[in-house]
Amino acid sequence: MAVRDHADVSATSGGIRTHTNYLGWLESVHPAYWLLAILLLFMPAFAGSFWLFQVWGWAFILGTIALSLMFLAGYGGMVSLVQMTIAGLAGYMVAILGASGVSGISMGWPQWVAVPIAIVVAAIFGTLVGALAVRTRGIYTIMITLAVAAGFFYLTRQNYTIFNGYTGFGGIQPPHLFGVNMRQPVHFYYLSLACAVLSFLAVVYVSRSPFGLALQGIRDNPRRMAALGYNVTAHRIAAYTFASVIAAVGGILLTWQNAQIAPASVGIGPVIDILIIAIVGGIGHPIGAFIGAFIYVILRLFSPDMLMALGLPGDRFRTLIGLGFLLIVFWSPDGVLGLWQQLKERMRDNAGFTGLGGAGER
Amino acid sequence: MNVSVAERLHATGTGSALELRGVTRMFGALAALVDVTMTIEPGERRAVLGSNGAGKTTLFNCITGDFFSTSGTVRLFGEDVTHFPAHERIRRGLRRTYQISLLFTGLTVLDNVYLAVRGVSRGRFSLIRPRRSEALMQSAVELIEAVHLTDVRDTKVSELAYGQQRQLEIALALAGAPRLILFDEPAAGLSPTERSELVEILTNMPRHIGYIIIEHDMDVALRVAERVSMMHNGRIFKEGLPEEIESDPEVQELYLGGGHG
Repeated sequence: MAVRDHADVSATSGGIRTHTNYLGWLESVHPAYWLLAILLLFMPAFAGSFWLFQVWGWAFILGTIALSLMFLAGYGGMVSLVQMTIAGLAGYMVAILGASGVSGISMGWPQWVAVPIAIVVAAIFGTLVGALAVRTRGIYTIMITLAVAAGFFYLTRQNYTIFNGYTGFGGIQPPHLFGVNMRQPVHFYYLSLACAVLSFLAVVYVSRSPFGLALQGIRDNPRRMAALGYNVTAHRIAAYTFASVIAAVGGILLTWQNAQIAPASVGIGPVIDILIIAIVGGIGHPIGAFIGAFIYVILRLFSPDMLMALGLPGDRFRTLIGLGFLLIVFWSPDGVLGLWQQLKERMRDNAGFTGLGGAGER
Repeated sequence: MNVSVAERLHATGTGSALELRGVTRMFGALAALVDVTMTIEPGERRAVLGSNGAGKTTLFNCITGDFFSTSGTVRLFGEDVTHFPAHERIRRGLRRTYQISLLFTGLTVLDNVYLAVRGVSRGRFSLIRPRRSEALMQSAVELIEAVHLTDVRDTKVSELAYGQQRQLEIALALAGAPRLILFDEPAAGLSPTERSELVEILTNMPRHIGYIIIEHDMDVALRVAERVSMMHNGRIFKEGLPEEIESDPEVQELYLGGGHG
């Protein structure tokens, strides 16, 4: 599904592609994606449990949640800070409707009932927030969605009848598919990989559908879209609904991975982290969300060791993440994808020359 | 907005293409449009002339619903659309072009036209990718041909020449089944050759499509219009045939400045 000129950071530049047959579609996938697919598919053959479960599993999950933001921001021009909250709500719903250590609240419904309801509830919530947010632009959208995120955080912390307050829910039952415990590292790796790939493909596909094209048209020029017969507000709200479903999938996986969900999972920190992941990776293409998530996870898991090796306190990992964020955004407003693009252009410009002549230039 | 099909058919069967009654638009204390009353018959071709700041573009904005009028009523094909948002009016057969091209510069020519065609048909929320064989895609391709842009069909709009962007503006306005098109200075910035091409496109349009054209170039305006309305300070002060307007002393003084023609 990756488009022919996928390296072109702007996903809008391609034009309507139509494939007459299946083979044509296969040929249109860039070789780099085949390589990546094979690598990811056989990862369990050489990676240990820690890498499969903690590193890759977590990166896929955060990438999926960041992907929902990338869809809204990249295609819709709407920077929403509520995506982690939507994900968290889906996680809470799984804890409340399914089985957890808090038997007084959890209803113990089977997962095949709890999961779809959790996704639907999160989608409805996201749609309502969207309906509120789409009437604002730019910084005001950020403020409104941030306010909702903060409100939900305090609600979960102070409400004990539904959200079990400060402690949240622990001992959440891992998913069982065909009698297999999906929380075992190898199984969870494939589960989160499958969800991430499906979400990625869905976003890439929808971006070229009439709905996705219209969304990009609205991002570029809402007034003109209205003058072409589009209901701009309805389109923007529908984009929130679509993004909410993706965020909900990520949120449920995150809850399963941690076997718990608590207010700390939906605090302002995690909310901002999703924004950082999306921006660092690059908001121009869906793959950016996963690149950003991988970088974030690596920094998050290994920076305490790195800091302690330098004789600094290990709990300052956020400083390192912040510095990394600063550097990437400073060098490239389009995140890592933008850096890659710049590098490619420079190599093309320098073809025939020796050395990195224009290294000082942008 | 929830008008039944029968009601709408009934409403559209009779009446004028456009009927403005006492339309006024205030920007704070500034009256951009004052008590404008105007009737356009189906298929009629009207030019609106006036100096800068006369309220011509504001008039267009009130007709399309880009802005709402402060008071007065707007009727489209017999239906009262005064309180309809822009997209609802467009779906009733109204189209417009913009003085400064409002195109989707990040998308290709084909994408732009496809969006326009899709905007006035079903499936705006469709998640299924379009195919080459799809009827809507076909009509997009035909529209591009009609405005002579086939060579640059898959080019990004930001890479088009200025004249080509203006042609694309017109293609977007022709999408679907337009019944009344508002052209806002379509000749602005065009070369003489492009101007005569534009006149050709406008005069060769199917007879059932009416239009209102704002144009500073009198040669273009008087050649493509059947009737002319003159605006000054937000009011329409004269209406008539092109030759009447051209020879009117008041018009000569106000607008043509005596030095013209």
